[in-house]
Amino acid sequence: MVVFLVRRTALFAASLFAASVLIFLLLQLLSGDMAQVIAGVQATPAQVASLRHELGTDRPLAVQYATWVGGVLAGDFGTSALSGVSVSAELGEKLTVTAPLVAVAMLLSVLVAVPLGVLAAIAHRRRLGVVISVGSQLGIALPTLWVGLVLAIVFAVWLRWLPAQGFPTAGWEQPVRAVRSLVLPAVTLALAEGAVLLRFVRSATLGVLNQDFLRTARATGLTRTGALLRHGLRNAALPVVSILGLQVAALLVGAVVVEAVFALPGVGQMLLTDVGNRDLVKVQGEVLLLTGAVLTIGFLVDVAHRLIDPRLRVSR
Amino acid sequence: MTRRVLRSPTGLAGAVVVALLVLGALVSLVWTPFDPTLVDPASTWLPPLSGGHLLGTDGSGRDLASQLLAGARVTAFTAATATVVAAVVGVGLAVLAAVPRHGGEVVAHLIDVLVALPTLLLAMVLAAVYGGSVWTAVVAIGIGTGVNVARVARAEMTSVLGADYVLAAEVAGAGTGRIVRRHVLPNVAPVLVVQLSLVLALAVLAEAALSYLGFGTPPPTPSWGRMLQDLQQYVTVHPLVVVWPGCAIAVVVLGFTLLGDALRDAIDPRMRLPGQAAPAVEVLP
Repeated sequence: MVVFLVRRTALFAASLFAASVLIFLLLQLLSGDMAQVIAGVQATPAQVASLRHELGTDRPLAVQYATWVGGVLAGDFGTSALSGVSVSAELGEKLTVTAPLVAVAMLLSVLVAVPLGVLAAIAHRRRLGVVISVGSQLGIALPTLWVGLVLAIVFAVWLRWLPAQGFPTAGWEQPVRAVRSLVLPAVTLALAEGAVLLRFVRSATLGVLNQDFLRTARATGLTRTGALLRHGLRNAALPVVSILGLQVAALLVGAVVVEAVFALPGVGQMLLTDVGNRDLVKVQGEVLLLTGAVLTIGFLVDVAHRLIDPRLRVSR
Repeated sequence: MTRRVLRSPTGLAGAVVVALLVLGALVSLVWTPFDPTLVDPASTWLPPLSGGHLLGTDGSGRDLASQLLAGARVTAFTAATATVVAAVVGVGLAVLAAVPRHGGEVVAHLIDVLVALPTLLLAMVLAAVYGGSVWTAVVAIGIGTGVNVARVARAEMTSVLGADYVLAAEVAGAGTGRIVRRHVLPNVAPVLVVQLSLVLALAVLAEAALSYLGFGTPPPTPSWGRMLQDLQQYVTVHPLVVVWPGCAIAVVVLGFTLLGDALRDAIDPRMRLPGQAAPAVEVLP
């Protein structure tokens, strides 16, 4: 276990490093001269040069990279070249919207997908199982943004139960309004991710249903359901846990779309604005934050996988 | 194999949908009921089946049915080209990671890092630098899904490379190139075909999301994602019009998924068992 942890942590650190280099190079090499862009075509070469010096883009790439990553490690994502705002402060503020949105959507999708997926597997030859299966297939095919629009039409425009768009400007100081404005986005995100998760839970449970150990458990006198609950689900949980890691990645990206549909001031909305403005320092920070989150969760899932599965603990 | 796909009801349904998409895209090249970009202030928000407009018009008086038909072009084009990019990236990276005796590990880890960089984010990075266009969308979707294909393909290739017939070929004096061409690629082809059919479905969803966010097809070219963006601001007054592009996207995605499922069954009957493997490709909004 210790060897595994050390190896996996080293790999995690290397992946983070590689991702940061990749993002940095992608944005720096492809983008051309930021100073020229800000200064405009009218600027004299001397003005551009001084701006370049101010932005730090006249230094070697390696130095620029080291400065950026050094700052990120200390919690400082740099300053926007366009607005002069600290990227970290803005990210922190936007995360108060995105983090609860993603967390609630994750929780909702697990709560819906796991029982329904198991049910679809147990009843896979009956009508109920087929209906659940077809429903999940549809849920995957429907674009998230469209589901969001339809939910907004039904629950906000027609029934007037919930707000269609936006987030209170006072943020969480108005908790009731804040929660109400997150309901529809969270449900939208949970539906899309839950449909995918459901299929994985279903196929994992189906895979377990045919196993010998389940037959043995039944031979000891357990009922079908009893055997599945006591021995089956534990085994079916393994592949599902690894999928959950990938799901979080999909949720984070889905959040970008859902925030656009519901006009929520979160990280996704911030990213969209900054991409539109070509504010590369901010885009760089946001992409690193999201990719880093995906890598971190992948790492945690791998460790959790080890802890759940005693077989893996023995081998290696 | 084609016959086996078409004989299954899901395969047939998928094939029909895909054929309709291609047909719609082709027809729109020469004919649409109205000019899809023609603004007509005299006939805004017409209901379906009025004034010759099958599905009615939008807030600028543009014919919705014509926009849908012309939008099929962008969808079909993006899906097809992104899948070609994904195939090249996927197979290329997988070969680099699986075949060489040394250094393959590094490529494999690189694939894992790239998988963590979500497709939509890659598209936005490209859009931030180059501005959004069909091409940035195609490249981003192709690379983003291609690395997922590479991960699956690498696992398959590694198991093929461990097989006795590869050892026999090596003993018989076959070079690396010949082994890859004659033994590895044909053996991983079925898995690749299934993965790429899923990429088609993902590409449709990704293109819609990107166009909706404003980083895909630039106006005035009609695209289903941008139609949704255009119509969204009026949902309070005209909620029903958003149904059309949404349904178009869902039907096409479903068509590609069903076709992929049928292909998988036709290629490898073992996978038809109840515990069928779920798609191994990243899922996009």
